[in-house]
Amino acid sequence: MALSAEDVREILRIIDESDLTELQIETEGFSLHVRKGGGEAGGSGRPRARSVSQGAEVGRPSGAPEAPASPPTPEDERDGLVTIPAPMLGTFYRAEAPGQPPFVEVGRRVEPDTIVCIIEVMKMMNSVPAGVSGTIAEVVAENAELVEYGEPLFRVEPET
Amino acid sequence: MKHIHRVFVANRGEIALRIVNACEELGLETVVGTSDVDRNGLAARRADRSVCIGPAPAAQSYLRDDLVVQAALGTECDAIHPGYGFLSESPKLASRARENGLTFVGPPAEVIALSGDKLRAREEAAQAGVPILPGEQVESAAQADEVAQRIGYPLLVKAAGGGGGRGIKLARDADELDALLSLARSEAGAAFGDERLYLERFIAAARHVEVQIAADAHGDVVHLGERDCSVQRRYQKVIEEAPAPVLEPATRDAIRGAAVTFAQAIGYQNLGTVEFVLDTDTGEYYFLEINCRIQVEHPVTEAVTGRDLVVLQLQIADGEPLNFTQDEVTIDGHAIECRLNAEDVAHGFMPSPGTLSLFAVPDWPQLRVDSHLFPGAVIPPYYDSLMAKLIVRADDRDSAIDVLLDALEDVDVEGVETNRTLLISVLGHDDFRRGAVTTDWLERAIV
Repeated sequence: MALSAEDVREILRIIDESDLTELQIETEGFSLHVRKGGGEAGGSGRPRARSVSQGAEVGRPSGAPEAPASPPTPEDERDGLVTIPAPMLGTFYRAEAPGQPPFVEVGRRVEPDTIVCIIEVMKMMNSVPAGVSGTIAEVVAENAELVEYGEPLFRVEPET
Repeated sequence: MKHIHRVFVANRGEIALRIVNACEELGLETVVGTSDVDRNGLAARRADRSVCIGPAPAAQSYLRDDLVVQAALGTECDAIHPGYGFLSESPKLASRARENGLTFVGPPAEVIALSGDKLRAREEAAQAGVPILPGEQVESAAQADEVAQRIGYPLLVKAAGGGGGRGIKLARDADELDALLSLARSEAGAAFGDERLYLERFIAAARHVEVQIAADAHGDVVHLGERDCSVQRRYQKVIEEAPAPVLEPATRDAIRGAAVTFAQAIGYQNLGTVEFVLDTDTGEYYFLEINCRIQVEHPVTEAVTGRDLVVLQLQIADGEPLNFTQDEVTIDGHAIECRLNAEDVAHGFMPSPGTLSLFAVPDWPQLRVDSHLFPGAVIPPYYDSLMAKLIVRADDRDSAIDVLLDALEDVDVEGVETNRTLLISVLGHDDFRRGAVTTDWLERAIV
């Protein structure tokens, strides 16, 4: 079974328009394994990128960007607090500008969309929302220091 | 080292570890920038420090020049080593590093930009008197037909922004050319952000010969001999060796000279590789492209010249003049490298990520193994499938082949599929032994 690049594109187009998230076709001399977007579905250990194992080279089609992953929000098992992790690497700032009051202090109630800090990457200021409802229990990161991706910034007593 | 004290390693896998080791050799501190899934990698553990720069997908971590520079600044590094792949040939990272007072271990941004534009590089080569293949940029289907008739079929359709074996398609006749042109254009746009295409004559019986050059910031350029990388699959190298086997002495000298001439012409700095295609029917050679990075296959050159190329990169980046002359470069013996990949050869070379329940490679004096893996290590699905490079140096080519074959027999991997038996088939093949392998050979004779 010889597939042209055109055929493969057509297959991908059909899959793109369908509700399928994952598809595996195997016939003699041909196998196609496709998984859509950045979904975590499936546990086959196969690569998430589309791979086509015959002739044609196919890149990720435009319009199917990888969903930006955000770090998990682990719950601390010891005291029931949850962590607000850094959604990106950068310089951590607790306030809008030097001399301004911090976005949040310990004891402050936050909603998921409450801005808790800024992370600067190459002069780009990125506002970071809390992502949880609760009360700030601890400020973990140091102001004006580098934080890594996923590094704990705050700990929050979640609303029960 | 005068200016560089702490190096940010913007890469992963075996090359990140290789860079950490070279820095250690020079007494430099290291910070490795990892993605989320590489936090516990060997490079990160060997370095003085590691920072997680982003999630697993490379587009959100290893390919983000803004995060790399921010992380380098935030950890008080004064240089960035980009390794190969990822951002190693990104003019943007090179210029961003420079704007922020960091030394980029590689050529200046302008030289990287020129080299990345394969059409401009071709023009520069032609102007410097280095032979190039007949070829031309094409903008429409009609013009492509006309150019194709001049060049003759079969021919290659290449992306101006491609390189490293990416963005290349073969057209055997006018119908094939018509059929693939628009797809090639949109793929080039999507992959390289540059839709320009050009047609180039296809050499049917071709060998891939590349010359390692080193250029300091004071105008001195030398070569460190050539490598042959003709064992390829889909333009990706599988086995590499130095020096190139079965090459007329006059051709060898001419290719080495052409590489130095080209590097001088474009004001090259630091280590680079000038790639040529050698027509085995006519003995003619033609410029293909220049790579502005340390190559995966650099160890074969190190093995026969006795020089540490990553150390040399750092010294040149620090402003040191070359501490040897061309006459002092000697080629001693023969070296062969093979790339052990986590891939399922029987199923179309599908990448085979997973956890290594067993990973054992022999520890022999003649064998060098560059690898970041160990039993229990995880090969994530996000990146390339290179597991290890096995490099053998011996007095002659036959002995090198024999030792490498023995070594591969002793490699023991469980948990993922590998291309080990394919490598054994190639090295054990009469054609390879005779040095009669061309770039289409692997797919024709073995796969």
